[in-house]
Amino acid sequence: MLSTRPNLARDISIAAVALIVLLLLPYVWPSRMMNDLVIRVSAFALFATSLNLLVGYTGMVSFGHGMFFGFGAYAFGLSMQRLGVSIPTAILITIVSSALLGLVVGAISIRLKDIYFSFITLAFQMLLYSTVIAWVPLTGGDQGLMGGIPRPPFLGIDLSIESHRYAFAVTIMVVGLLILRQIVESPFGYTLRMIRDNTERATFLGINVFRAKLTAFVIAGVFGSLGGMVMALFVSGAYPEFVNWTMSGEGIFMIMLGGLSTFIGPAAGALILSLLNDVITRGTEHHGLFLGAVILLFALGLRKGVTDFIADWFRTRREASTRSGN
Amino acid sequence: MNLAALMDCLTSASCLVTQTTSGLIIGMLLFLVAAGLTLIFGVLKVVNFTHGSFYMLGAYLAYTVNGLTDSYVLAVLAAATGVGIFALIFERFFMSKVYGSNVLMQLLVCYAFILILDDAVKIIWGPEFKSMGMATAFQKPPLFIAGGIVPVFYLFLIIVTLVISAALYLVITRTRFGTVVRAAAVNPSMVSALGINTGLVYSGVFVLGGMLAGLAGGLAAPVRSLTAGMGFSILIESFIVTVIGGMGSIAGALLGSVLIGLVRSFGSIGFPLFVEGLMFLLMAVILILKPSGLLGKEG
Repeated sequence: MLSTRPNLARDISIAAVALIVLLLLPYVWPSRMMNDLVIRVSAFALFATSLNLLVGYTGMVSFGHGMFFGFGAYAFGLSMQRLGVSIPTAILITIVSSALLGLVVGAISIRLKDIYFSFITLAFQMLLYSTVIAWVPLTGGDQGLMGGIPRPPFLGIDLSIESHRYAFAVTIMVVGLLILRQIVESPFGYTLRMIRDNTERATFLGINVFRAKLTAFVIAGVFGSLGGMVMALFVSGAYPEFVNWTMSGEGIFMIMLGGLSTFIGPAAGALILSLLNDVITRGTEHHGLFLGAVILLFALGLRKGVTDFIADWFRTRREASTRSGN
Repeated sequence: MNLAALMDCLTSASCLVTQTTSGLIIGMLLFLVAAGLTLIFGVLKVVNFTHGSFYMLGAYLAYTVNGLTDSYVLAVLAAATGVGIFALIFERFFMSKVYGSNVLMQLLVCYAFILILDDAVKIIWGPEFKSMGMATAFQKPPLFIAGGIVPVFYLFLIIVTLVISAALYLVITRTRFGTVVRAAAVNPSMVSALGINTGLVYSGVFVLGGMLAGLAGGLAAPVRSLTAGMGFSILIESFIVTVIGGMGSIAGALLGSVLIGLVRSFGSIGFPLFVEGLMFLLMAVILILKPSGLLGKEG
């Protein structure tokens, strides 16, 4: 199925170049702050791109995607702290358990349409949030998972070393985005677009819409939780803010900011929002006031994501050149 | 979990009375917020995520006016009017610009305002918890009904919110404004073709919803501690209420509010740490059984 796609080789080379550039970055520009930023953006890029699989490609506006980000962070942290397993095993546990969570939440939520779907996903997220806050013996309540996450070395990788952690995070991000890219460009990805544009037509053509949506929901959940896992590794803990509604709000702002009509848009949005958050946090105590003003300017002024503008610019240029060519 | 305590309460008349009144208070205040939310959604098909912040603003306005004038009545009126004016500005200059856009843009505008208002409240009134204190008129010994303790203020709150609910019902069903609003909810282009300025109707509905939320904030101020995050928790609760009752249905909002109020007040005895979770559980169950809500229209 994948081998029939002519762009596969191109995608793999773009991913390889991106990975090499990111891996070389600390040597060209050694800076602790830079490394931290790249790791955080890697976590958010996975989170936002997986959310866009639902919002942009399938037309399912989930308000509760932060649930998976937080769940991934807690599932990974708890596996390491409580079960004492190796890191690859903990990653496997995180993937399987978040897929199960996605299956259960998805099977219930997908039955509902439009705004009701949005609400029930938000409700499930807040249910998880309340559970995290209330189940103090397991999760540490509002203090979060304290005491650090153990990082035993595996396969020659020692994640307690900063440079290893950095390489690990960017590799997971690049490979994750590459897989997501293959999913959205596969026949299944085009099925999702058809469901978004014309659900009736998809049903008429014999597509099991429920199963396709559920599959998308589970995939998005797994990649969202991988984002949370990268974050948990980075901060060596998990905090209730990861599960809170603001996480979902930021995810939606990331995909809108970057643009939801291009594949890389949400990742670009993750970068822009992280930079913006850094600048605002450094410059002022009034984080909400300034971030809010920026969001307003964006929503009422630009109304389009950054990559949408770039894509439009290329399109008009190409159209202009074909017209002059005639 | 403490099921024994819950059983004890359910079998004792005094506890039953106390918990039911406190549940009704929570429910009726919630109804004022949720009614506005559901009204705005029913007519404009817009989900006003800032509705909780309207409530918060009402509470803080009441706190300030009460401090200045020492009159609780003036404080509540100021809360309703002030928030009504704010809702008008918000609708005219911000929300109306994104009516035609997708729901994500509307969500972003509201998200921005939640962040801004929470911060503005911290700047103006300070980040610490504020408490308004009981108005002097209500500083009376509580009533005892079947052994249960019922503060006079609670009784006042229940009566006032019931009167407002009745007035809202009359406005929607008996007045010309109400007729236009109901018509606009069903077929806005027809209403506009009949020569009615729908933009004005939309503003009116937003202001009405905002006033109700401000009123609820003002009424709740003496019995709640005021903090910058208070808007979001009531927003989530009013969502649950509107979803349980059926989006766009005011009667459904009333039913949902009372239900949630009782779940909160009895749940806090049986499951003190999982009260919030209980509400979400109730919502999930109802959504699965009847996706359009208890009194919502199918489709």
